[in-house]
Amino acid sequence: MTRVVVIGAGPAGLAAAASASQAGADVVVLDEGERVGGQFWRHHPAFTDPRLQHQLTRFSALQEALEDVRVVTSASVWRVEPGTPLRVHALVGPVDAARRRGETLEADAVVLAPGAHDRVLPVPGWTLPGVTSAGAVQALAKRDGVALGTRTVVAGAGPFLLPVAQSVALLGGEVVEVVEAASAGTIMRGWGRRPWQMIAAAGKAGELGSYLATLARHRTPYRLGSAVTRIHGGSSVEAVTVQHIDRDWRPIPGTERIVECDSVALGHGFTPRLEAAIQFGCEITGARNGGDRFVRVDSQQLTSIPGVHAAGEITGIGGADAALAEGEIAGLAAAGVPAADLRYRAPLTARRRMRAFTERLATHSIRPGWTAWLDDDTIVCRCEAATRGAIAEYADASSRGMRLATRAGLGPCQGRTCGRSVEDIIGAASGFDRRPVLSSVRIGELAAHRIPPTTGEESKQ
Amino acid sequence: MSIRISFDGEALEGRDGQSIGGVLLANGRRTWRTAAGAERGIFCGIGICQDCVVTVNGVEGVRACQRTACEGDVVEREVRA
Repeated sequence: MTRVVVIGAGPAGLAAAASASQAGADVVVLDEGERVGGQFWRHHPAFTDPRLQHQLTRFSALQEALEDVRVVTSASVWRVEPGTPLRVHALVGPVDAARRRGETLEADAVVLAPGAHDRVLPVPGWTLPGVTSAGAVQALAKRDGVALGTRTVVAGAGPFLLPVAQSVALLGGEVVEVVEAASAGTIMRGWGRRPWQMIAAAGKAGELGSYLATLARHRTPYRLGSAVTRIHGGSSVEAVTVQHIDRDWRPIPGTERIVECDSVALGHGFTPRLEAAIQFGCEITGARNGGDRFVRVDSQQLTSIPGVHAAGEITGIGGADAALAEGEIAGLAAAGVPAADLRYRAPLTARRRMRAFTERLATHSIRPGWTAWLDDDTIVCRCEAATRGAIAEYADASSRGMRLATRAGLGPCQGRTCGRSVEDIIGAASGFDRRPVLSSVRIGELAAHRIPPTTGEESKQ
Repeated sequence: MSIRISFDGEALEGRDGQSIGGVLLANGRRTWRTAAGAERGIFCGIGICQDCVVTVNGVEGVRACQRTACEGDVVEREVRA
């Protein structure tokens, strides 16, 4: 029986686990959360507003399909190993607790579905309490049923800002403005003269319509071609500066407006969680030219490493529908279903349809001029309080030299929050994505964990 | 169902199932940590940034946005120079 380990239990991982299990594989799913569902289905059964829960029928169907699957939640995967068999090491137990239980799984195939997290561009004042990522607003709304503030500015780039604004409104908060970096012209060019046709084709018309209706009902302005370029406040957020930006996202002097608010949600797109793919040795696209980095996969979602499949946001940012389709394909392939099998047809069609939609998301891609809104003393690395000025001073040093001198990326988050921004400032790739330990693990846990000896070819010699 | 935790010696009430961060925010606390001399609160909300860490029942460095609050949890602020 083919042993399949799925890392991540969001839409991609759940779809992979379900299809692999239905195809007869022996499946284990690992997820660091306490419940399956990932960020998309992060709702709490008791206190999430039902209007925040999308595609619950699909979620229920997937959960039922996991009957024969071993689901391990609260599991932090901290190391993976290529080879025959593939190996996955995890620590299981309450978040950041001491003395979690170590577990090593061996597999014939692994499906990587770890998802993505917000990319947030630094802005002067962004460490003030009351400033969060856009995703944090969703997480707090869905998981905890709480809103951060009473007057919120939602700012950044991309369609994700709209459900975030809706969440704030549903929880009784006021969205003062939604501030989108892409200009009206860019959006017209990127999404086409009749964007609704594209959106309808991807089955997203109803969703988009409900977001726009919410904005209209609350008379919330939707500012295009603009950015929050400064956040003001003493002990917490009191106001923001909203400013027009040019096509390269450089702030245009003289267009500043002060907007009073007590919270700010920032989201400029998403960063794929590439750590496990990199540790397996999977080929990563775009890594050399400084572009967006994703795991390269073939039509079966197979990476460059035998037996290792990837699905969802780590192969390209596309949202839950794309992730579900990719996960289903990856699960079938991981279970050994041949490419010609009819079971691939529906998810392949869905994946193709979603691709047209996801390509349009590039309309909102980060442009290099954003660094012009930073001051020299703006904190870029939040963990170590490394400033733009300090990082820029070491722009010509080696990546290692820059990090050791400024401590950028060496704090507890290991550059997950600041890594790409540091690269934009120094104008070069810095290797922040390569992390020897994949998740937060206490040093004592590492020391105590006994890795069983390798049982492959090497040990027979 | 409600639960009670203590935050720096003060009793706070939360809903059973909320994260520690959720309980703190629902009680009007927006900051529970000092870093580089300034107040910090929750930032990423999904366990990535580590900006919300607190000491829970004597164990340091616990992400408040990820750990579910349990009845009687003793939560303390952390200070990082």
